[in-house]
Amino acid sequence: MSIAVVQETLTIEHRVLVPPGISGTVTAVSPEGEYRVEDTIAVVSGEQGETRLSLFHRWPVRKGRPYRSKALPNSLLITGQRVIDTLFPIAKGGSVAVPGGFGTGKTILQHALAKWCDAQVIIFIGCGERGNEMTDVLTEFPRIVDPRTGRPLMERTIMIANTSNMPVAAREASIYTGITMAEYYRDMGYHVAVMADSTSRWAEALRELSGRMEELPADEGFPSYLPTRLAEFYERAGMVETLGGREGSVSVIGSVSPPGGDFSEPVTQHSRRFVRGLWVLDRQLANARHYPAVSWLESYSEYVEDLGQWWESKGFPEWKSLRGEIMGLLQQENRLQQVVKLVGPDVLPDSQRIVLETCALFKNAFLQQDSFSPVDMFCPLEKQVKMLKLILLFHERGRRAIQKGATLVAVRGLTICRELMRMRQTVKNDEIEKLDRMAAELDRSMNELEARYERR
Amino acid sequence: MRKEYLTVENIVGPLMLVQEVSGVSFAEIAEIILPDGGIRHGQVLEINEDKALVQVFEGTSGLTPGEVRVKFLGKGLQLGLSRDIVGRMFNGFGRVIDGGPPIIPEKYSDVNGVPINPEARDYPNEFIQTGISTIDVLNTLVRGQKLPIFSGSGLPHSRLAAQIARQAKVLKTGEQFAVVFAAMGITFEEAQFFMNEFEKTGALERAVLFINLANDPPIERIAVPRMALTAAEYLAYELGMHILVILTDMTNYCEALREISAARKEVPSRRGYPGYLYTDLSMIYERAGRIKGKSGSITQMPILTMPEDDKTHPIPDLTGYITEGQILLSRMLHNEGIYPPVDVLPSLSRLKDKGIGKGKTREDHAGVMNQLYAAYAKGKAAKEIAVVLGESALTPLDIMYVKFSEQFEKEFIGQGEGENRDIIASLTIGWKLLGMLPATELKRVKQEFIDEYYPSKQL
Ligand SMILES: Nc1ncnc2c1ncn2[C@@H]1O[C@H](COP(=O)(O)OP(=O)(O)OP(=O)(O)O)[C@@H](O)[C@H]1O
Ligand SMILES: [Mg+2]
Repeated sequence: MSIAVVQETLTIEHRVLVPPGISGTVTAVSPEGEYRVEDTIAVVSGEQGETRLSLFHRWPVRKGRPYRSKALPNSLLITGQRVIDTLFPIAKGGSVAVPGGFGTGKTILQHALAKWCDAQVIIFIGCGERGNEMTDVLTEFPRIVDPRTGRPLMERTIMIANTSNMPVAAREASIYTGITMAEYYRDMGYHVAVMADSTSRWAEALRELSGRMEELPADEGFPSYLPTRLAEFYERAGMVETLGGREGSVSVIGSVSPPGGDFSEPVTQHSRRFVRGLWVLDRQLANARHYPAVSWLESYSEYVEDLGQWWESKGFPEWKSLRGEIMGLLQQENRLQQVVKLVGPDVLPDSQRIVLETCALFKNAFLQQDSFSPVDMFCPLEKQVKMLKLILLFHERGRRAIQKGATLVAVRGLTICRELMRMRQTVKNDEIEKLDRMAAELDRSMNELEARYERR
Repeated sequence: MRKEYLTVENIVGPLMLVQEVSGVSFAEIAEIILPDGGIRHGQVLEINEDKALVQVFEGTSGLTPGEVRVKFLGKGLQLGLSRDIVGRMFNGFGRVIDGGPPIIPEKYSDVNGVPINPEARDYPNEFIQTGISTIDVLNTLVRGQKLPIFSGSGLPHSRLAAQIARQAKVLKTGEQFAVVFAAMGITFEEAQFFMNEFEKTGALERAVLFINLANDPPIERIAVPRMALTAAEYLAYELGMHILVILTDMTNYCEALREISAARKEVPSRRGYPGYLYTDLSMIYERAGRIKGKSGSITQMPILTMPEDDKTHPIPDLTGYITEGQILLSRMLHNEGIYPPVDVLPSLSRLKDKGIGKGKTREDHAGVMNQLYAAYAKGKAAKEIAVVLGESALTPLDIMYVKFSEQFEKEFIGQGEGENRDIIASLTIGWKLLGMLPATELKRVKQEFIDEYYPSKQL
């Protein structure tokens, strides 16, 4: 229940909540006006006696805040990151872990989500990471305009800064502080996204504190209750009906920094059990400067099944089948690549090499996304779907042309194909219709190519 | 008069346990007085009721319980600071060891420093020209960055670091620049090499040296980087100087930490290193940066030798998790006689994008960087295929890439130890090499830059 509202920033209306567990009759209410946070603004009498309510209340951070009921997450948290929205989506109220060795792009990805995802409130927990990264957010976010509200992103963002050189006890607590804030805004009826960078540092803080208390260590020195704590944390994500009857959600994206980049370590392994999505950052991709380095073979999202309807309701009924198609091609490509490694690409017939060609196009033009390019850093869903369709159209038409006798070299040589390669940088978000023209041009070029071979 | 305790109960490795103490606090410095009047120093690591665990910096050899007296000094480890520290040499404990007069401090600072609130930091974005192409063009260093060199034993990391220290400059002029050099457990020859280098180039007058050699007490190593950074912070934030801190070799530092941890019988984490290695290292590395309202800066270049050239070893691994990128040296390039043997593909400066482009270096920089990187990667991959399947498996285009990558290693990666290339010279070499590929292959560079810089055929 909320009893008052305060305009916290121009973007966020702070709905003053009756603390959970308090009920009864309102016996006094202050008039509208200006108050200090601790001033009493209403009095409630009930079983627990008389309670004075002010603009804030306290909550123990280690305890999840109560709600009326949990619902299955079934609407997309739009992130504007193609590899995520299209291939491995996260639902509002969902939880995902992002494991990756150092420098594979966890923080940049988390920052991209904090900037572009369509949650209303962002809680960014810098947990045992670099000071400069926090500074980056602090200097950048006030300057970036939220495309949805037209206001600086900072107005919807809360940062919890506990850098690596700050006390570990505070680091251990920071995760709970963050998720509690998230629940608090959720209870006001907001969709909140929590980014925790990095949960491994939190786990290490747990280990350090546990060591000092001389508890018996389990796996790699971590305390035996590590999995329980991780489960408790991720369980606090969810889409709920709040005690006040509103809809709100907490989505959690936690990065994991496995020692030596080895995913068999406890934090990665246990996190996997408690999240429904995994965005695996691949060292090889990062070294090849394929960013975001999300592995399309190892990552998964259990939300795919639940989100088909959502995409349909937004006017993209074809999403699921397009996704299935391209995932199929990627699997096929993976098998073909093994052959190539053994005997070289020359051995494959053009009808198979077109699969490699399409996947190369997909990786370059679609999966890669430059977080520093103004054109590319955010990609609306419509653009994502159209780009994917174009790539699949290329595949379809390319295959047909090859069937009719064209060579792969001829297909590849088409001017339009080179344009497709660059489309993520050349097609701005407010000129998506260019993609339709490119599709028409692709059809035209392919028709022409086919005609040339038919005439022979 | 401070109390002297005769109650040393136990001495294990670098640690001693003093009993029946009172009023002693964590991290306090102690003097250990030997029967012959000699004095060593220690620091309180832990207090348990009336017992204090003291880590002895100079080591415990020759100390016997019952014979030594311990005096707690009521303060943490401090370094005396003044402008005069520039041009001087200290041991790991902050004592002058160059034979000159002692420093008359203007102030004392706790060597542990204080974490900087991210809000007070200024984001690093000023290009530092090191004169080394692989760094300036591909892995740009900026002021306030922490960029380590991951090396291996026998690789020329010291020469590279010395070259950087000698050549590094910002494209602006008239600023005060100094080097703070911290040696941890390196050999006499290595230390001498740096000393000669600094002396030869006159850098010694604007350097502060903290030296702990391989035969100095390992425990003293724990204090060295902290001393060095305390000096750096003073020079940068109080005197407004731009400081390059070279820490070498961090591997020796970590070994010392492991030694203490083992003596304390702590539960070890990976490969015997303590579980707090990450936190401990971050307390060193995070002391780089810039602070709002202060004109100076601290740029860190830690050097570490990877045991068995293994990048996943805890020392490079945890370092990589804290620093803003890494410069990797390659044994293969070194064996091929290429200096500096920078392994371009796995090296990365995470702050490069903030320091390059129009107004900072040149407008085509980002494009050239990405293109050189991509082309080199492609050339190396093609070369690998050729090794397995033979040259005949390569297309004519692939062969061009292979040639490119070979030439790239010779002309772009390779350069003289005395060769100080400015950024324009480095970019020019880059373009010359890109000229080996057809212009249509240059997909990462904007057409306008190709028009302007792509070498025309006549050349
Ligand atoms: N989407 C992207 N676009 C462009 N560059 C990227 C992208 N993602 C990562 N990078 C590059 O990779 C570097 C490392 O990324 P990031 O800092 O996110 O790694 P990390 O996984 O958080 O590493 P650590 O675990 O050490 O914190 C960045 O500095 C940037 O150069
Ligand atoms: Mg990170």
